[in-house]
Amino acid sequence: MPARSKARAMARPRRRPTAPARVATPPSKGRRVFMVTGGVTKFAKAHPAMDFRLMVKRAYDYALKGIPNLSADRIDGSRISYFSDHFARQLKAASMVQDYLGLNPKGSVRIEWGGATGGECFQAAYEAVASGRMDVCLAAGFETMSRVATWKGNEFIALASDTNFDFPLGGFYTGYYALMVVRHIYEYLRLRKFADVKDEREAQRLAIAEGSRIMSLVSVKNHVNALHNPYAQYPKRLTVEDVLRSEMISYPLTREQICTMSDGAAVAVLCDAERAKEFTDRPVRIIGVGTGTDTMRLADRPFGKVPLLPHERSRDYEDLPYPGVHSFRAGRAAGIEAYRHAGITNPIRELDFLELHDAYASSEIQTYEDLGLCRYGEGYSFVERGDPFLKGIDYGFPVPRAGKIPVNPSGGLIACGHPVGATGLMQGVFAFWQLQETIGKHFGDPTLQLSKPKRGAIHSHAGTGSSVTVSILERGFP
Amino acid sequence: MKARPPTFTKFREVQAELDRSGAALFRDADGVESLVIRYPYSIQYIHSYAEDTPFFLGLAEGRLRGSKCRRVKCGFVYATPRGHCMVCGSPTEWVDLPDHGRLHSWTTCHFGSEAFLKETPYNLGLVEFSGVGSLLLVRLKDAVESDLFVGMPVEARFSPNPTYSITDVWFVPSR
Ligand SMILES: [Zn+2]
Repeated sequence: MPARSKARAMARPRRRPTAPARVATPPSKGRRVFMVTGGVTKFAKAHPAMDFRLMVKRAYDYALKGIPNLSADRIDGSRISYFSDHFARQLKAASMVQDYLGLNPKGSVRIEWGGATGGECFQAAYEAVASGRMDVCLAAGFETMSRVATWKGNEFIALASDTNFDFPLGGFYTGYYALMVVRHIYEYLRLRKFADVKDEREAQRLAIAEGSRIMSLVSVKNHVNALHNPYAQYPKRLTVEDVLRSEMISYPLTREQICTMSDGAAVAVLCDAERAKEFTDRPVRIIGVGTGTDTMRLADRPFGKVPLLPHERSRDYEDLPYPGVHSFRAGRAAGIEAYRHAGITNPIRELDFLELHDAYASSEIQTYEDLGLCRYGEGYSFVERGDPFLKGIDYGFPVPRAGKIPVNPSGGLIACGHPVGATGLMQGVFAFWQLQETIGKHFGDPTLQLSKPKRGAIHSHAGTGSSVTVSILERGFP
Repeated sequence: MKARPPTFTKFREVQAELDRSGAALFRDADGVESLVIRYPYSIQYIHSYAEDTPFFLGLAEGRLRGSKCRRVKCGFVYATPRGHCMVCGSPTEWVDLPDHGRLHSWTTCHFGSEAFLKETPYNLGLVEFSGVGSLLLVRLKDAVESDLFVGMPVEARFSPNPTYSITDVWFVPSR
């Protein structure tokens, strides 16, 4: 075998290596794709009166109701997502959804990609339309996590870590994220803000206390935003002290800094330009898609160089071993691909908001940096300045630069819940309503509606950052 | 079996009833009733460690083994072993890891998944070794939350009664 492959390699014509050209026009990823409608069920701890088929059906009917000339016969096929066969305890559950919606014998594929399942489903539907395989594609996702007790559910989720080396040590995702944020705090608070403290333990405790306080600001933001989102599972007014005093789950992460398991479903309908015009005068165009990956085990993450976004310079990160366990290289890679596709060179200037995968308050802060909303190391000050907060909402503390770039205006996973297979699609629907300026109509409360947003991003994240998707949506009407 | 199991309006009470009798009715705020049953599931897997086998046999002998890329120009050393090099794709060979390292990061878990709840609180640590390019995730013992810090010197301990699991090794603060 080696000899043969060598011969084949030799036979291939040698191409002179060329420097990658500076991209003037974004790379084509096929036909233009639009989102024309969506629907979400209210996420809840449990929906005993609805199984997964009925939940999807409710979200689907809501989506179709919005468009008079869109009926099942106009849909060419579907992409259906759920994360765990353990939770469903029903293999081919996606087939049952297709069946219940009456979409047989049209084409369909089940999508699974850990925590990023919903985001991946959105992009699978994008690909079906962009490639020309379908003109109209339904993306539908769900999860029914209430079917097992919470700690069994944690076990199912932890089976998405290496079962030889990681799971038997405690099998606990909050533990993995705690390991990551302790290092993130060490890199960026201990070594910078508390660089002058001589005693090592003392310096690290101070840094963790500071990091915990700032993570709590994120938790307050997302819970308070959700007060105006009727779909959210845990809307509430909290103080930083409430968050810090809530139960310690894995040091330093407390219960209020962590999303919970949910039952829920969400759908999005994607189509080509011609159909979009026919269905709605307020379409939203998907202008960028990106995905990235990293090692399954945290322990295997490299200590290399930061892949740069267009607005960054290598001198920004001269001594930063990357990604280590402090940052998500998969998120960075997904961002680079999606921004390049969308022609975005400076996300903070060119995006108006993000719906970002805040499974943990810590990972929301880490992701600001991965997606270039601020430099690596600036995530904590980015929160303190107030950039990701909404303008005009009382959070109980000053947010000087609120509205600069709202992150999780919906309340995110921390406050909306995280029915894994639906979550990334829920983000798609909330972003779609933002860009359509129909939040008031769908939420029955206009508070969270941003003023004339042009472009937003959705970000879906799996494992300990082992796969991530980023999609960029843009207002597609004058 | 009764024709109708007892009805509850709190899902928590439904769960308690399932533990008692195996069936319950849940009535939601709209008056919709759903029949809920207990539905157990257990399985024994026949799990092979396959190419990772020497690592687990090593633990049982009190040896901590990593892997080293055989390609001389690469030579990457992994603390968590793997059969092939992630950097260059070449096969790896087994090498002994130092039994002393430092904490790259750590946490104390006050909860865990169901299988580990009874062991809480427990500490997890990512250990770095000098001359080794990747980390090893382990349990940290003989230390409480307030003892631990990034950079802390730690050393390996091995179970005298191996169960052929990653838990056959753990680390403690170096004396
Ligand atoms: Zn190698």
